[in-house]
Amino acid sequence: MFARSASIALGIARRSTRKLLKNPLPGLPPMLIPLFMFAAFTGALSALSDTGGFGYYDYTAFQFVFVLYMASMFVGAFSAFEIAADYEGGMGNRLMLAAPQRLAIVVGYLIFAIARFTVAAVVVWAIALAAGLSVRGGPVEIAGLILLALLLNLATTLYGAGVALRLQSIAAGTLILLPLFMALFLSPVFVPREQLSGWLEVVAGLNPLTALMEAGRGLLADDPVSVGLAFALAGGLVLAFTAWAARGMRRAAAGPDAAPRRGPKGRRPQRA
Amino acid sequence: MSPSLGVQVGRLARRSITRTLRQPTIIVPNFVFPLFMLAVVSAGGDQVTDVKGFPTDSYITFVLGATLVQGSAGAATMAGNALGSDISTGFLSRLTLTPIRASTVVIAPLAGVALLGVAQAVVFLLVGLAAGVSVEAGVAGALALLAVVLLMVLAFGAIGLLAAVLTGSAEQVQALVALVLALLFMSSMLMPRNLIEQDWFRTIATYNPMSYLVEATRSLLITGWDVEALAVGCGLAAAAMILALAAAVASLNRSILKA
Repeated sequence: MFARSASIALGIARRSTRKLLKNPLPGLPPMLIPLFMFAAFTGALSALSDTGGFGYYDYTAFQFVFVLYMASMFVGAFSAFEIAADYEGGMGNRLMLAAPQRLAIVVGYLIFAIARFTVAAVVVWAIALAAGLSVRGGPVEIAGLILLALLLNLATTLYGAGVALRLQSIAAGTLILLPLFMALFLSPVFVPREQLSGWLEVVAGLNPLTALMEAGRGLLADDPVSVGLAFALAGGLVLAFTAWAARGMRRAAAGPDAAPRRGPKGRRPQRA
Repeated sequence: MSPSLGVQVGRLARRSITRTLRQPTIIVPNFVFPLFMLAVVSAGGDQVTDVKGFPTDSYITFVLGATLVQGSAGAATMAGNALGSDISTGFLSRLTLTPIRASTVVIAPLAGVALLGVAQAVVFLLVGLAAGVSVEAGVAGALALLAVVLLMVLAFGAIGLLAAVLTGSAEQVQALVALVLALLFMSSMLMPRNLIEQDWFRTIATYNPMSYLVEATRSLLITGWDVEALAVGCGLAAAAMILALAAAVASLNRSILKA
């Protein structure tokens, strides 16, 4: 059973990769959007590092962590779009007939997302280094930063998979992407949390991404901050969204009739 | 006898307005996304006003100018989508059986986006005023701001229509969203051009026409009546609108209506 599940997972990953290689255009936005933000924020707002209390060693490095996380999350979201498209087109149902362990299907898309993450991370790092990114952290710190980004990629793919499996339509794209965009921008994007004020300071304090952002920036600066908390939060997100995706798969496997339907006044309709 | 141009445009414009208002899934993001960006960018980047020489101490007032342009840029995809789906569903082919002019087909879809664009601008302005924004040019300046935004909506809408005529598909018009967002972020949206420290970015922002649209709307909010900023911004928008509409009509005459 394990061998069959592994073969199905690898088959799905291979199929999705081949599809993307044949038509690479849909693979560009999750890398291009963060890179445009990187150019815009470092280009326009570098004067912010001269304001009192900024405290980080370099504005390009400060923005880099945000951009690396954004790229890893967008790559995860766009990999989940693939699930939505496959289920809308009927491929998902055929895959479920072949898979004794249906979670193997999700694992297949996860492998695809990790492969895409690897490419995106290499591209983002290469462009940032070419643009003059200064790295203070050693190999262990940088590995920690990349691992945090990878965990975010897994969490995002699993979150997107849960949405895609429930809606089974490419219209799920907005529902997948918008919350990610909001979560990213509700963290300290332009200045450290200590410099935020008002409602954003409160919201950023509650946003789990804030701890990951601060830990990532600390690792890049060789000045680790709340790394344990960041890994615990990232691991927690992966576990929570694994459960979310697994429930989504159960619902998809049960078919559309399994969705709870309620008649007038909240009663379940009687079956004939 | 065929109906006059005015009657033709009027009927198709009414259809465009009804169709726009019936699509909450398109309308809602057009209101919510720019307002969200206004909220997070103005709150997150508030420290920018500490930079020496910054023209205002209210970053939300500064960013609102760009939010109004972002909202009007949504007209490109809305108008393009409408015409693109008319082309791909065959509605336009059926229209060619009637004595309709290409200019009517191109101009009429702008009615719906113009109405939505002005409604958006009013909402953005009211939200801004509630959040502490002031309009330096006064009440007349606020009305002028709405007129400038309307012109920009028509310009972006015309660009969307041209994209729809050239591609014949609503899906391909969607690519304009990413292009417009990229152009907006690479403009003077976040920082005045003279205060941008990075030479390469200042050069991009200077050659990016989006900077001048943002500076036109922003001038009424921050500077007052800056005739040069308004003339350059409105001139660019008007030129883009005229060129895009002319190219769309010519292309439509050549391809679809003659087929």
